[in-house]
Amino acid sequence: MTEIGLGHYLSLGAIIFFLGVIGIFLNRKNIIVILMSIELILLAVNINLISFSIFSGDILGQIFTMLILTVAAAEAAIGLAIIVVYYRNRGSIRVEDIHGMKG
Amino acid sequence: MIVHSIFFYFFSLIAIFSSLMVITSRSTINSVFFLILDFISVGCLFIMVGAEFLGMILLIVYVGAVAVLFLFVVMMLNVAEQKQSWFIGKKSTHIPTGLIVSVLILLELLVVVGGWKYKEDIMSSGTLLLSEISNTHQLGLVMYTDYILYFQLAGIVLLLAMIGAILLTFRERVGVKKQSYLNQISRNPSNAVALIEVKSNQGVKLDD
Repeated sequence: MTEIGLGHYLSLGAIIFFLGVIGIFLNRKNIIVILMSIELILLAVNINLISFSIFSGDILGQIFTMLILTVAAAEAAIGLAIIVVYYRNRGSIRVEDIHGMKG
Repeated sequence: MIVHSIFFYFFSLIAIFSSLMVITSRSTINSVFFLILDFISVGCLFIMVGAEFLGMILLIVYVGAVAVLFLFVVMMLNVAEQKQSWFIGKKSTHIPTGLIVSVLILLELLVVVGGWKYKEDIMSSGTLLLSEISNTHQLGLVMYTDYILYFQLAGIVLLLAMIGAILLTFRERVGVKKQSYLNQISRNPSNAVALIEVKSNQGVKLDD
């Protein structure tokens, strides 16, 4: 219990990943919170990669983490730009109102 | 070691609590604040476990740039009346499916706590951690030599994201007078200055 190993970090990553997935599935009102849930999921993936990198003594995991951080930042910027454009066109970013493609 | 575990539990409980608050808090601005708290506590965990550079990157880039970008967008859009609420709505049929899928994902991920084992020869990589140089030094030694292509590709991804965001949100306004550099620098005295002889008691009419 007091010895913190790889399993503890993996559990933390799993729980944060789960919370991010549940935030995507159950959110019905606000699309910005969905973007934040995606950020949570990417953070959980980073936790997993870094803990494996540290506990197996290989630095490749940290390099992959850096690339994931880059892609996550790009995704956040593009997603927020799309949200701003959508709000400018429609005047609402409620998830219920976004059914233009009848999906 | 006991201090290490105490700090681990402290930061990870804060991280789990704040990520729970991100997806459940009523107002969006509170969600962004809890997202910042989540990034900070996970960054402290990274620093604690030995990945100092990525922990600081998480603190500086994520808290300083990405979370503030979220904050800007939340403040710019009028989302005040769009409180998020679960289980409210006409046809919320996807909630049981979402719960089932999420819980299954959690259970599958928690299998890894006890259900994995290393291969015997897994340590045969060329990028092993060395203990005598710092984490940032090591990262630079690998990233700028063997993985320079990925580094450049990450830069291209960022460039494309920047161009895409500018292109998406750019809006040409009509009826706004702007400076035209081409018109300004293509003027010369022959077509800009006219010498008019004014007759007495008649004045002069200039077209504008």
